[in-house]
Amino acid sequence: MTTAERTDAERETGPGARTATPAALAVPAARAGGCPFDPAPEIERARREEPVTRATLWDGSSCWLVTRHEDVRAVLGDPRFSADATRPGFPFLTAGGRELVTSTPTFIRQDDPEHARLRRMLTADFMIKKMEAMRPEVQRIAEELLDRMTDGRDAADLVTEFALPLPSLVICLLLGVPYEDHAFFQERSRILLSLRSAPEEVRASQQELQQYLSRLAESKRHTPDDGIVSRLVARGELDNGDIASMGRLLLIAGHETTANMTALSTLTLLRNPDQLARLREDPSLIKGAVEELLRYLTIVHNGLPRVATEDVSVGGVTVRAGEGVLCTLNSANRDEAVFPGGDALDVGRDARRHVAFGFGVHQCLGQPLARVELQIALETLLRRLPGLRLAVPFEEVPFRHDMGIYGVHALPVAW
Amino acid sequence: MRIHADQEKCCGAGSCVLAAPDVFDQRDEDGIVVVLDAEPPAALHDAVREAAAICPAAAISLTG
Repeated sequence: MTTAERTDAERETGPGARTATPAALAVPAARAGGCPFDPAPEIERARREEPVTRATLWDGSSCWLVTRHEDVRAVLGDPRFSADATRPGFPFLTAGGRELVTSTPTFIRQDDPEHARLRRMLTADFMIKKMEAMRPEVQRIAEELLDRMTDGRDAADLVTEFALPLPSLVICLLLGVPYEDHAFFQERSRILLSLRSAPEEVRASQQELQQYLSRLAESKRHTPDDGIVSRLVARGELDNGDIASMGRLLLIAGHETTANMTALSTLTLLRNPDQLARLREDPSLIKGAVEELLRYLTIVHNGLPRVATEDVSVGGVTVRAGEGVLCTLNSANRDEAVFPGGDALDVGRDARRHVAFGFGVHQCLGQPLARVELQIALETLLRRLPGLRLAVPFEEVPFRHDMGIYGVHALPVAW
Repeated sequence: MRIHADQEKCCGAGSCVLAAPDVFDQRDEDGIVVVLDAEPPAALHDAVREAAAICPAAAISLTG
């Protein structure tokens, strides 16, 4: 967000808005020019000098920013910090973000035991052995997309031709959502995840997706299949609206995240030719390389929000009941105490303790799927296109500074 | 080493299976942790410690 936009946002909140101390760090904080892979310098400085610090939000309210790996794990793993966005003090990054998580909440914004009850309806669908069994199908999709992308051409936008359709096709297959509707749900997802969307736009997109998925759930009552939506219908425990909310969460999380990790990882490797060469020479490094890219890039880049339900000590600071906390995953993943030399990409590093998927009981449900998709997408891309290169100057690549999920809006490549 | 996995706490993220596939599995019906070998051989202890360390729900405890 630019300063001008933040001023506008503050003006809209009117006289009721709380004001924070001027010294507090304003979030989302901008990355430094020319360093699009690194967290904002103020956040890095906070981790080194004042790891639990005050931050100012768009509406002038304030919250705590937690920046170290150890403290981020402690907060996200502690049930005294609630993920329930309807509690007073819960921090929001934008007005649209507040609309997104409060209008039709899903289990990612609920606490146990209700969260666990709903999440456990899905855990079997994304467990490791099930996702590993998807490998041949994901591989087939990756090869077909690259066949089409390279057919008679020597340049393309990697996002629209490969990085986005791959996870979109896979999540549609898993959910039982018709892929023909991808333009509809991808555009709604873009609006929901944009930091620039107004609350009205978010509400409208949310409702359209909700209606679409409610109708889909209803259709599965008459013509069942073996997709997740149909199986949720068959359980008989949830109404169409609940199933639509769950489906919406899976549909958005299922394609936006992997799509952005795929494109951003490709760009990162192209910018780190020594690491790219290591990976090409020894494709068995791919699993570890994906973990390292998850750590290094951490595309959920604006911090996971929680609110304290009791007074809790975090990194020597007392967070009072009712105060909001943002856990900055990207800063935690650069913490030198856990990842020495963490500002450098090292595809041979043991990066398994990264928190790119979050931590605690809300940790990403779809991570086994994301891993399979990323491993296959990157391995296939590097194998099929040995001459892969950026087709525009690096300075012209449009980074997603304006989105809740980081990445690139487009990635023009040639081969 | 003796492993105890709390199936109530488990959130089914599968991190333990990734870290120590010979020791942990997920139940077919709901993806919740199952311990395949509660007293694993020494060669697997490092992997098990890693699994316990990365478990997001702190559901794995080790004794001995």
